[in-house]
Amino acid sequence: MQESGNVMVFIEHRDGMPADVSLELVCKARELAHALGVKVEAAAIGAGNAYEKESLGRYGCERVFAIEHPGLDGFTSVPYARALTHVISKHKPQIVLFGATTTGRDLAPRVASELQCGLTADCTDLQIGEHKSKGTVYANTLLQIRPAFGGNIVATIVSPESRPSMATVREGVMPRRELDSWHPAHVMYEEMAFTQADFPTRILEVERKEKTVDLKKAQIIVSAGMGASDSQALELVYELARILGGVVGASRPVVDAGIVPKEHQVGQTGTTVRPTLYIACGISGQIQHRAGMMEAKRIMAINSDPQAPIFDIAHYAIVGDVKQVLQHMIKAYKDKG
Amino acid sequence: MALHIVVLVKQVPDTQNVSGQAMKEDGTVNRDALPAIFNPEDKNALEEALRIKDLWPDTKITAVSMGPPKASDVLKECLYRGVDDAVLVSDRGFAGADTLATSYALTCAILRLGPCDLILCGRQAIDGDTAQVGPQVAQKLGINQLTSVCAVREVTQDTITVVRGVETGYETVRSAFPVLITVSGAANDPRPPRAKLVMGYKNILCHAEDNYDESYIEPECALGVEHIKQWNMASIQADPERCGLSGSATKVKKIENVVLTATETKNIENTPQAITGLIHELVREHILG
Repeated sequence: MQESGNVMVFIEHRDGMPADVSLELVCKARELAHALGVKVEAAAIGAGNAYEKESLGRYGCERVFAIEHPGLDGFTSVPYARALTHVISKHKPQIVLFGATTTGRDLAPRVASELQCGLTADCTDLQIGEHKSKGTVYANTLLQIRPAFGGNIVATIVSPESRPSMATVREGVMPRRELDSWHPAHVMYEEMAFTQADFPTRILEVERKEKTVDLKKAQIIVSAGMGASDSQALELVYELARILGGVVGASRPVVDAGIVPKEHQVGQTGTTVRPTLYIACGISGQIQHRAGMMEAKRIMAINSDPQAPIFDIAHYAIVGDVKQVLQHMIKAYKDKG
Repeated sequence: MALHIVVLVKQVPDTQNVSGQAMKEDGTVNRDALPAIFNPEDKNALEEALRIKDLWPDTKITAVSMGPPKASDVLKECLYRGVDDAVLVSDRGFAGADTLATSYALTCAILRLGPCDLILCGRQAIDGDTAQVGPQVAQKLGINQLTSVCAVREVTQDTITVVRGVETGYETVRSAFPVLITVSGAANDPRPPRAKLVMGYKNILCHAEDNYDESYIEPECALGVEHIKQWNMASIQADPERCGLSGSATKVKKIENVVLTATETKNIENTPQAITGLIHELVREHILG
């Protein structure tokens, strides 16, 4: 096996299981590694025995570097960053991927700062390609594609002069596919000594908040934008979602205004969704929102402004007063017999 | 209890409210038409610093911003709310900085300020949404970090206890000082400016600290802060190689304006008949149950 220059994924664990986003990234890493002719590796940091690390082979990971210590049970920045920096410095991957979770977004920049390497946040696509700069050609460079500027532009970012190239990706952005035939990953335990000073954060209490909405799995999403954010309109949005057997989504401004909880947020900085039907109520359709829902099979847009950009990606466009349209829809569905 | 708190603030284009006027005819954004605002979550960070000062008036708060001279507007906003000192880190050589180079320059500025107990900043800025600069400053200073903080529970002489908002719920964590904390919008409702401070500071000027103009006469200012300190690359002893474009590991290879792609759209009239027809069509296609 190749000793360096592989593609590495930081595996986050929750409830004793690897996080969904980490498995999605192993799948993406497989694609990148294939293009580069290298292997997929994982870094697993924790208190030990969280899950069968060999099973990461199911998604195409060949080697797992594990660092275990009782103090690494819950994520805290300093020891995790130290452990991961150790693994990266020793095994020299050319690419390291992280979930863009609260953990990944805390850990990755600290590690990138330590290694003085490039890090691109919230990539929506990763490719291997060529980069030319000042007469130098960098072949096989990681092209990191992400929306920027509130989603109004799409930027391709490269970091060809530093190693590794690091990127974070949100959950649900990359598809997850198990291999038909696979080999258990080879798990290698890395020895590392920790002292008390490595654990400056004490976790005093962990409060679980049950997810009340699962946007990722929803087949029908009825979403509220600022044009449907008054209490009357919102009530109709909730009612339509309920009778259709769907869930309620929301645009970022509605969530930022505290009208609908954050876990309902659809978009680049919220959840990426792929429902069968997406009903956008009073949503103008800024790119950061569209990036998170444009893969819906059918998009219905309701807006009083005929110029709203959302109509450009809608399969069904209804221009009109959002409340009135919702009332018509609720009645039509109830009467359908 | 005399804590020294540094608050990092950024001036950003208001990307959240891209209005019709800011859209060009080709469907792309005219950046110049966007107003420059105080990054929202940095205001939440400032509020947490001010709350600590409310409890312990001996606390010293220094607001630091990196950006062009115009970024002094956000430092004025900090002065209007009661910070004790304001520093603008500004140099043409910082232009084009990615988060690595930005965190390096900010770290140099913080080191010039001397020892501090607590560094507060917003979780992320709305122009880049990277959430990287906070942790990178903490790493460069060799101090602990607590990110995505949605509540401050307790501050003592040498520790701070906060609640982090994470995917699965909330975590209450404690760290000794010094520590860097990134604050999310859920933490608080930032206070408005104080009229007396607005009156006192509205004409405050930036002063390049290291080539001080002796002929300049200080305006009468009874409120304590005489000017916004302006530091350039040399004043914070930053290595030019690690600043701006040359200090940035990431390069922008390509920028594409997102132009709306047309989908075949069926226009449905806002009438009960047309909407009933649409619902029936969706039921027939098994999209609705």
